[in-house]
Amino acid sequence: MPMTSLQRRRRVMPGFGLSMGIALTYFALIVLLPLVAMAIKTASLGWEDYWKIVTAPRSLASFRITLTAALAATVVNAVVGLLFAWVLTRYRFPGRRLLDALVDLPFALPTAVAGLTLVTLFAPNGWFGRYLEPLGIKVAYAPLGIMAAMFFTSIPFVVRTVQPVLEDLSADVEEAARSLGARPWQVFALVIWPVILPAFLAGTTMAFARSIGEFGAVVFIAGNLPMVTEITSLLIFIRLDEFNYPAAAALASVLLLVAFLLLFLTNSLQARVLRHARRD
Amino acid sequence: MPAATDGLGARLLIAAALLIALVTLVVPLALIFASAFAEGWAAYVANIMQPDTLHAVFLTVLTAVIVVPVNMVFGIATAWAVARYDFPGRKLMISLIEIPFSVSPIVAGTIYLFLYGQQGLLGPTLQSWGVQVMFSVPAIVLVSLFVTAPFVARELIPLMQAQGSEDEEAALSLGASPWQTFRLVTLPNIRWALLYGAVLTNARAMGEFGAVSVVSGSIRGQTNTLPLQIELLFNDFNVVGAFAAASTLALIAVATLVLKFLLERHAQ
Repeated sequence: MPMTSLQRRRRVMPGFGLSMGIALTYFALIVLLPLVAMAIKTASLGWEDYWKIVTAPRSLASFRITLTAALAATVVNAVVGLLFAWVLTRYRFPGRRLLDALVDLPFALPTAVAGLTLVTLFAPNGWFGRYLEPLGIKVAYAPLGIMAAMFFTSIPFVVRTVQPVLEDLSADVEEAARSLGARPWQVFALVIWPVILPAFLAGTTMAFARSIGEFGAVVFIAGNLPMVTEITSLLIFIRLDEFNYPAAAALASVLLLVAFLLLFLTNSLQARVLRHARRD
Repeated sequence: MPAATDGLGARLLIAAALLIALVTLVVPLALIFASAFAEGWAAYVANIMQPDTLHAVFLTVLTAVIVVPVNMVFGIATAWAVARYDFPGRKLMISLIEIPFSVSPIVAGTIYLFLYGQQGLLGPTLQSWGVQVMFSVPAIVLVSLFVTAPFVARELIPLMQAQGSEDEEAALSLGASPWQTFRLVTLPNIRWALLYGAVLTNARAMGEFGAVSVVSGSIRGQTNTLPLQIELLFNDFNVVGAFAAASTLALIAVATLVLKFLLERHAQ
């Protein structure tokens, strides 16, 4: 019977036990064990108490605030991310490399620094605030500030998922479409868009997930008023500070479930991107 | 495709992208340094040399020095297992590694509190042995390990999968020991991606705010890392001091971007 390459590899390559042992032990201790502790804590609540905490007006308000701001930030990020990815892959212009490097700044910059910077920029006497406040646009200590913080911290996601796909898209397909008389927008809508769509959706999902979980940047700029500018992460933090651990556990479990759901969605979308790449 | 940059549409798109980048990326970065040096060099140095800030710098560096090597070992072991062998649950493992990446930092801190806290799963037992994890340096290190666990692995897995194991198989069949094969064949093949993963781990470990603020207890001069110190100074209305502390982390962020740029060039 012919051996498959994987069977052969498994026999020849040493270190399976060692690498698996390290990986699984570490993963169990650092990632799984705390999650189990959290699950036990939440399960000890009982369904009725759990429901009461999760549907309390202040909790519901925090869900609404977090979701709306994250959605708005993600929509802006989808447009800006697509624009950045397009310009970086399609044109040569002075400053292109600098722009390419700068796109990762929100990942490299600690969220507390981002929050401090944003609130200073948008304060009434700040570099941006002094022009926006006279127009009646309040960003610092307002819902718009939450959106701004979420937008900033997740700028790289859409760019970095769409960029490689756009780079790999072979020029001759577009060339062919053009020579057959397609207009530029037709080339984009019918040739390019279907190819980049899975990557684009994966990127926006990641940006959305990050926005929902963002804490550091938001707390500096949000004003943190209960029912108005209090995000769910902050409400969890406040409950922990009050030693109200059941409430913190219940709220954290909601965020955790949302994170798992979005992680699952991202993974399925990325599997699709890979399938597309292999087909070429 | 270095396409025509001459069309009006192309110019408009480039202009729009550069303008947005200026407002959302360049200006914020400029503001950090402008504010840190707003009262001059002497005031900047005085702000950095504050004992509490210095201790925060020390604690932040200490955390990174522990977290980066540990997660490099985990990243290499995971990538090796996942990219070199086929086993049931392999795909699941690749997705599970991403968990810390997708969880809110506050939730990361909370799950550790429910493990090592006074009412946690292991907290009371550990406390009866005289081991205090929460609100101390070990807790800061542990949550930092959690939030940065995927960074090295997610850089290495795609690379090692793409490279395949032909090089290693050749070395082994020529009589190299497993350790020699790893040190002389695998490591040189993955070094740039490994370094990049380490750089990302370092940036995140030094900058983590939410998870650390849940478990550290934020004790001034004891369990305050730099990001927490920034918040403390800001809440004390010491904005210049906050920006001075922030500028050190911003410098590390800029260094991270430069390193990434150089490492990607090497990798090509």
